[in-house]
Amino acid sequence: MDILVYGTINSVALALYALGFALVYGVSRLPNFAHGALYVLSGFITWSALNTLGLPYPLAILLALLATAVIGAVIYQFVLIRVRGMEISEIIASYAIALAILEGIRYVGFRGMTYTLPVFLEGRTTIGGVMVDYHRLLVVAIGAALFAGLWAFTRFTRVGLALRGMAQDERAAMMLGIDSDLMAVVAMALGSALAALAAILLLPLGNIVVESGYNVLILAIAVCIVGGIGSWFGAVIAAFIIGFAQILTVVYLGTHFQMMVALLAIILTLILKPSGLFGQQKELEERV
Amino acid sequence: MAVAQRRRERIDRGIKVRTDGFYALMSWRELGYLTLPRFLLIAGLLALPFLMPSMYWQRVISIVCIYAFLALSFDFLAHFVGLVSLGGAFFVGIGGYMSAVLNTELGLAPMLAIPAATLLGAGVCTLLLLPCLPLRGVYFAIVTLMYPLFAARTIEALDILGGTDGIMGIDSFPGPWIEQYFVIGMLLLAIFGLRRLVNTDFGLVLQAVKDNDQAVRASAMNVTRFKAIAVFIGSAMGCLGGACLVHIYMWAGISQFALDFSVLPIAATVIGGAGTLVGPVLGCLILVPASEMLREFGTLRIVFYSLILVGFIVFRSDGLMVWARRKYHQFERWTEI
Repeated sequence: MDILVYGTINSVALALYALGFALVYGVSRLPNFAHGALYVLSGFITWSALNTLGLPYPLAILLALLATAVIGAVIYQFVLIRVRGMEISEIIASYAIALAILEGIRYVGFRGMTYTLPVFLEGRTTIGGVMVDYHRLLVVAIGAALFAGLWAFTRFTRVGLALRGMAQDERAAMMLGIDSDLMAVVAMALGSALAALAAILLLPLGNIVVESGYNVLILAIAVCIVGGIGSWFGAVIAAFIIGFAQILTVVYLGTHFQMMVALLAIILTLILKPSGLFGQQKELEERV
Repeated sequence: MAVAQRRRERIDRGIKVRTDGFYALMSWRELGYLTLPRFLLIAGLLALPFLMPSMYWQRVISIVCIYAFLALSFDFLAHFVGLVSLGGAFFVGIGGYMSAVLNTELGLAPMLAIPAATLLGAGVCTLLLLPCLPLRGVYFAIVTLMYPLFAARTIEALDILGGTDGIMGIDSFPGPWIEQYFVIGMLLLAIFGLRRLVNTDFGLVLQAVKDNDQAVRASAMNVTRFKAIAVFIGSAMGCLGGACLVHIYMWAGISQFALDFSVLPIAATVIGGAGTLVGPVLGCLILVPASEMLREFGTLRIVFYSLILVGFIVFRSDGLMVWARRKYHQFERWTEI
């Protein structure tokens, strides 16, 4: 029962990490290595808004979401758009931005002391004999709502349909009058906001540390690769596979092995089936 | 009235045109023109230990050379074979641990342990990367980025090879001069060896793998085999760097799998000039001492670095070496049109 409850929570957390990364990669084929950095950055913004500016919590959250979205859009519009299509440059540039953000935060003095965000709801309850606090339940509920919302967004709104069209075939989308550069900026802003949302939901469960930026990135990549790039359904399934695998290794082997699961999942998937479990990429594009 | 329009045109220098052929042998001036850049590089590298004799700078010179090995390896794999390897740290770590084990367990002297670790380590790296070789582009990059992280976590989790403490008590080089001239000599050997290699028939096939692997396959050549040989060469250089590093610091640890060894060589390659083989070495000569001087700024220097890297990759993606080569071989003038 322990494994079932915490496995589910862990899986939802993983899916939240991966959502923004999957969106950006799916729409503009840009592996956004700055995803983890944006995650930490939004935690930092929320904390500053709460403690330095003294804003109420909901307002601080809103501010962090907006700020991260704008930062993501700016990064895309002024840097990444210039190297689009050049894979090496995309990776190096976004990775360098991630380093700049994370090490910048570290320099500004986000170290040593522990920084935490307050939880939304205090208290805890028991499900089937397992103690769970309300915040974790809330994460699962909001996560589920978010998936449903995104599913509806990409099917029933013009922007969402445009994003999906671009993900499927960019040239055809352009011929139908979809501004692909604008849509890529929108996707990047949305992806960054999703990273911020994940941070705001998940950071209250632990401390804000700079290192988590790298871990979040690896986990997001792991989920996207195992699930298959361009497949939302696959990403969710992969999040559950990796999430439960992680909890199982923690229970039976020890916490040291938790991160190895994600890395091993990436390596094995790439070797065996690079398009992932539910990927729609053509085989020829990824291997000789 | 028509506005006079003009444009800049770039023309090869006459001496460059003449020395392209066999006739350069007939004039000292033309021979000098050809050999001057090479001579500058060799003499400059060999003179470095004399120009900066203090203990601290000697250490920096050795580190520069080690990063230069990695940058060469990255440049070779990325721009001559088409394998973007973000896992330079993996090569360093494998080579370093290999040399450390050979030295502490089997008692090999450093001068024996380093070549042995280079070859063995390259073999191990090639074997481990073999399943990923069919991958292309961004997939290969991501998977190689994961390898050093995975190796570090494995050592940490299983508590093998000294665990988090690392392996201590490794012999150092016989002396600081031997240390420096060993790495400098190997570096020169690697630069000129690779330059030869990429122009041989074998090198041409490698470049064909980069440009169009389907065509290579259609010519009945085994793409994976060529990639494997290239990875062996590339990882041998990384392992050599790692092995030297371990004997310089007399310590092997998980930090040899750190991201620095993957990121800095890439930055050096971008700044120095991708696809030139000499450029990455120049990039290391600029970046590593600069980062030493900025050490007092703490992590802010990584921020500087990353921003410079972004600037170069977005606005000046051809790098310093390409620019310098153009200035040396060509002149520019305005012409009316």
